[in-house]
Amino acid sequence: MSDFPHTPPKQSWTFSNDVNAEIRRAAATGIYDIRGGGSKRRLPHFDDLLFLGASISRYPLEGYREKCATDVWLGTRFAKKPIHLDIPVTIAGMSFGALSGPAKEALGRGASAAGTSTTTGDGGMTEEERGHSNTLVYQYLPSRYGMNPDDLRRADAIEVVVGQGAKPGGGGMLLGQKISDRVAMMRNLPKGIDQRSACRHPDWTGPDDLEIKIMEIREITDWEKPIYVKIGGARPYYDTALAVKAGADVVVLDGMQGGTAATQDVFIENVGMPILACIPLAVKALQDLGMHRKVQLIVSGGIRTGADVAKAMALGADAVAIGTAALIALGDNDPALEAEYQKLGTTAGAYDDWHEGKDPAGITTQNPELSARFDPILGGRRLKNYLKVLTLEAQTIARACGKNHLHNLEPEDLCALTIEGAAMAGVPLAGTNWIPGKNGF
Amino acid sequence: MQTFDLEAQGLRALNQALHDLKGQTNQTAWEVVNPKGSHAIAVGVDAPIDLTVRGSTGYYCAGMNKQATIRVKGSAGPGVAENMMSGTVIIDGDASQYAGATGRGGLLVIKGNASSRCGISMKGIDIVVHGNIGHMSCFMAQSGNMLVLGDAGDALGDSLYEARLFVRGSVKSLGTDCIEKEMRPEHLAIIADLLKRGEAEHLAKPSEFKRYGSARKLYTFNIDNASSY
Repeated sequence: MSDFPHTPPKQSWTFSNDVNAEIRRAAATGIYDIRGGGSKRRLPHFDDLLFLGASISRYPLEGYREKCATDVWLGTRFAKKPIHLDIPVTIAGMSFGALSGPAKEALGRGASAAGTSTTTGDGGMTEEERGHSNTLVYQYLPSRYGMNPDDLRRADAIEVVVGQGAKPGGGGMLLGQKISDRVAMMRNLPKGIDQRSACRHPDWTGPDDLEIKIMEIREITDWEKPIYVKIGGARPYYDTALAVKAGADVVVLDGMQGGTAATQDVFIENVGMPILACIPLAVKALQDLGMHRKVQLIVSGGIRTGADVAKAMALGADAVAIGTAALIALGDNDPALEAEYQKLGTTAGAYDDWHEGKDPAGITTQNPELSARFDPILGGRRLKNYLKVLTLEAQTIARACGKNHLHNLEPEDLCALTIEGAAMAGVPLAGTNWIPGKNGF
Repeated sequence: MQTFDLEAQGLRALNQALHDLKGQTNQTAWEVVNPKGSHAIAVGVDAPIDLTVRGSTGYYCAGMNKQATIRVKGSAGPGVAENMMSGTVIIDGDASQYAGATGRGGLLVIKGNASSRCGISMKGIDIVVHGNIGHMSCFMAQSGNMLVLGDAGDALGDSLYEARLFVRGSVKSLGTDCIEKEMRPEHLAIIADLLKRGEAEHLAKPSEFKRYGSARKLYTFNIDNASSY
């Protein structure tokens, strides 16, 4: 019998090793998998787009000689004190609680040195971030942890958070390991509990209420502060239109690649849309209302390179926000810590159990020994360098497309490598004039 | 007494005048006439003034109040005294949804009834309701005290943290993880103090109330509680 060829062992695509491992984990523990970060799926993304560059019909700009401006104004619709940033790459909302105090300080240092803003998170404003951030956006969340009028007034902008890309329709989660004395005090909760934030705001429902809520916040802050509305990538056309109707100065749109400190894996991977699919719909809503560039659009979720920045802006965004990439710039998931990741049963690049508070890089933890490993001055310098590189890369592309400001990039500068990318971005498939879905084709 | 005609002078002028009082104490008595259900009346005040609104208010009256005593001689719309930090807000009539939502300090007194979600997510505020409160009141309430002289609607104290709830009348149903608890002498002292500060001493006695609080079963994830998540 052994002389006959035999069928080699064949793994199931449907029941892959990863899937089976999750089934066994669920059977053993009886609880869904919780983790940090954003979607790990292979999703249609900016990688599916290319810039065309200049040609006979388009003149490029000289690389180091001709100016390509990068600044952005945010909040010009209603705020008496709109924000002016040197670069269109902002730091997304991440809470003290999810991150250590020194990590928040480093985000403030790096962003300020690069001429951009940072954002608080679901845990209130800390002195570390206010003190080290030239421009700080204060999030107004369903939980209202630490919310108070003094911090509203010492913020530079206010971001009403309706949803986030990792979990549109879900509230925050911070497990007991990270509810230290300081975190518990700031959130007015018992120490060490598994904290589940509300998913809806406690005192408004729907766009008509939101309009009154925004008016109240403007009254409290004497109409000085830009008011952002942050939405997850769920129904970007209607959510953007409703945010504009409710009086937003800025819409922040977060796709499913956007990270979270902790939530259910099933939620991260199965709810919401990739940012590539979201941007054109939000831009269309702004254009239909005659508000494109009047209400600014900040997009986030999987921004990694200056090319991603340029592509997001070419599709119509005014600025982008980074979260996961900023943490990696600070030192998260660094292969230099591989031995410690191995001890945690993971590997550099895959570590996502941020909710356990055991981060060997000292960033996503409240453990004082671990967070003391992290140097906020060095971290701030690394983040500044990274933000500068993102900007230089985006400028390089913009000049190649003949643009003297990043905001002059346009969909016409793009083509798509995949049919999916062409359909989502609304730009032609490379080498064709075909935009799937356009004119019924 | 400063009298402010809201209809004639406008909301922005009112709130700006009140904000400009921060750090001074020479204009302590204020009266707002013609409120006509306007939203965001006297929000973000941070001065020890005594302000009376002659009529009913819309959404978020006295939102984020600090120090001030604000009286509404009428009824209040949704979110009255939301996220109040300190001071006192007294509503002569009824209050709509989310009264005292996320309040962190001070005292909210509602002499009529309060609608649904009264005291939602409260974080240290004291709320005294002379009448009844609606369904889902004290949802996710974290700390502070709620005293209700009348009845409570469905799902009182759902997903409650450490707030203390005292109800004199009936409770239609308790929310998830909210249970009746033993009334100890220190609780009777809290009730007596709330009755006094809530202008309700003549209406009820501490011994007539029952106490409700968190069973603390949802504080840590446990698969046996899955149906409650």
